[in-house]
Amino acid sequence: MNVEIRNISKNYGYQRVLDDVSFEVKPGEILGFLGPNGAGKTTTMKIITGYIGMDKGEVLVNGKSIKTGETKSSIGYLPENNPLYLDMPVVDYLRFSAKLQGVSKENMENRVREMIRLTGLNKEKHKLIGELSKGYRQRVGLAQALIHNPEILILDEPTTGLDPNQIIEIRELIKELGKEKTVILSTHILPEVEATCDRILIINKGKIVANGTSENLRQQAEGKNILKIKLEVFSNEGVLEQLQDLPSVEKATVTNNIDIGHFDIKSYKGMTSNKDIFNLCVKNNWPIVEMIPIETKLEDVFRDLTTD
Amino acid sequence: MDSIITITKKELAGYFNSLTGYIVLIAFLGFTGFFTWLYGSDIFIRRQADLIVFFSIAKWTLFFFIPAITMRLISEEKNTGTLELLLTKPIDEFQLVVGKFLAAFSLVVIALSLTLIYYISISFLGKVDHGAIISGYFGLLLFSAAYIGIGIFASSISKNQIVSFLLALFIGIFFQIIFDILGNSLTGISGKIFDFMSISSHFNSISRGVWDTRDIIYFIAISVLGIELAKENLSFRN
Repeated sequence: MNVEIRNISKNYGYQRVLDDVSFEVKPGEILGFLGPNGAGKTTTMKIITGYIGMDKGEVLVNGKSIKTGETKSSIGYLPENNPLYLDMPVVDYLRFSAKLQGVSKENMENRVREMIRLTGLNKEKHKLIGELSKGYRQRVGLAQALIHNPEILILDEPTTGLDPNQIIEIRELIKELGKEKTVILSTHILPEVEATCDRILIINKGKIVANGTSENLRQQAEGKNILKIKLEVFSNEGVLEQLQDLPSVEKATVTNNIDIGHFDIKSYKGMTSNKDIFNLCVKNNWPIVEMIPIETKLEDVFRDLTTD
Repeated sequence: MDSIITITKKELAGYFNSLTGYIVLIAFLGFTGFFTWLYGSDIFIRRQADLIVFFSIAKWTLFFFIPAITMRLISEEKNTGTLELLLTKPIDEFQLVVGKFLAAFSLVVIALSLTLIYYISISFLGKVDHGAIISGYFGLLLFSAAYIGIGIFASSISKNQIVSFLLALFIGIFFQIIFDILGNSLTGISGKIFDFMSISSHFNSISRGVWDTRDIIYFIAISVLGIELAKENLSFRN
């Protein structure tokens, strides 16, 4: 099922939280939702699930407006902060969720068992949810969201509070699910988005500022190749000038004045200067000790787009 | 309908998982039993095989206990954020509120059915007016439904359970005493209006065995109004 968000706007009092936001997610796609605190990520997710309304625009799930209420059963939702009934045993809670989601009686025990296996809750299944650690509660939240095998998954910060092993497990799980389902997940953790998501959406102050794969975004933001090189020379004098004169080099700088022979070299857009530098060094007999390409990280892209 | 029953079962199980259910049942039986059988103008002093004392005590016990069982119903869901989970599932606000209403009502029904022992006991002691007792119980059920409606509305107002409890009592005290007093002390049309609004006066006439459809409609109207307002309150969220 595809989810289509069309021009939604939302105000809280006088504050505009979402301003004409539109995007689309297709089945088999994992969309990463990024943005600083208060950018409107959670609000957007709450609107898609139908928990809160919008002032303008519409959300279509498989062509059907969410306002009909019929789309709720095809959405699995893990809210921010993962609210749960702490005085309920895990199994009872999953049964309760399954019943509300309209899972048939014959199917229910199977689904509950399947979810417990999938999220690794077997040892904890008879404990009260309140007795579980944060990581296990997160798994219960995820199990609850998946219990009716929804075609759309909306996960608001699914890996908060998990230890590194669990994070990897959950990411793998999400990736696996994302092969056939439509997944929208929000997070603050940038490497997580790169590891799990097919597409990234960056939102800032209620507006979408970027939309594309992580590679696309990096290219859009920078597009210029930066090299860190280290040469075995006795003095920087003359070397810097010659590097700067290369046709592909936009700017060459000395990294620092203490270590002789360290340079940062920025190429013109769409060009690489590796070959030119190599040829120049061979000609002058300057042995190249290091040549490291510096990639523009998603962090830089993110910072670029979300700070003024 | 399935969703309503699911919610009702969950809430009812919640009462007994958290001890609230047991405490309410024991305290209700304790209070009413003490005054019916042991203290004050109890059955042995009155030397009459009826449950008039029980009904007037139950009226006050339920008045205080019902806000205690309704206070958490919606407040807690709001406070912990589980409301968001519920309402993003295929269930609407009305089903949720009705499910919770029925859970509180079932707990009251359990409490009242335990007092049937009193009924059985007095039927051994003398000649009992069965009609009066049946209508007394029926009156208590209607009375409880009205206060559960008020309680569930109060619970939908605040995230804080104590606020919900106090608010339910505050609204309740008008229906329980103040309208009654005003109805008795004022004359003319305003006196009649206040008398009509008082839960006490409707309850008293039913528990005396006087059946009037207006009384029944009155109690049902208050419960429905409570449910409706609670539903509206839940629908209004940002």
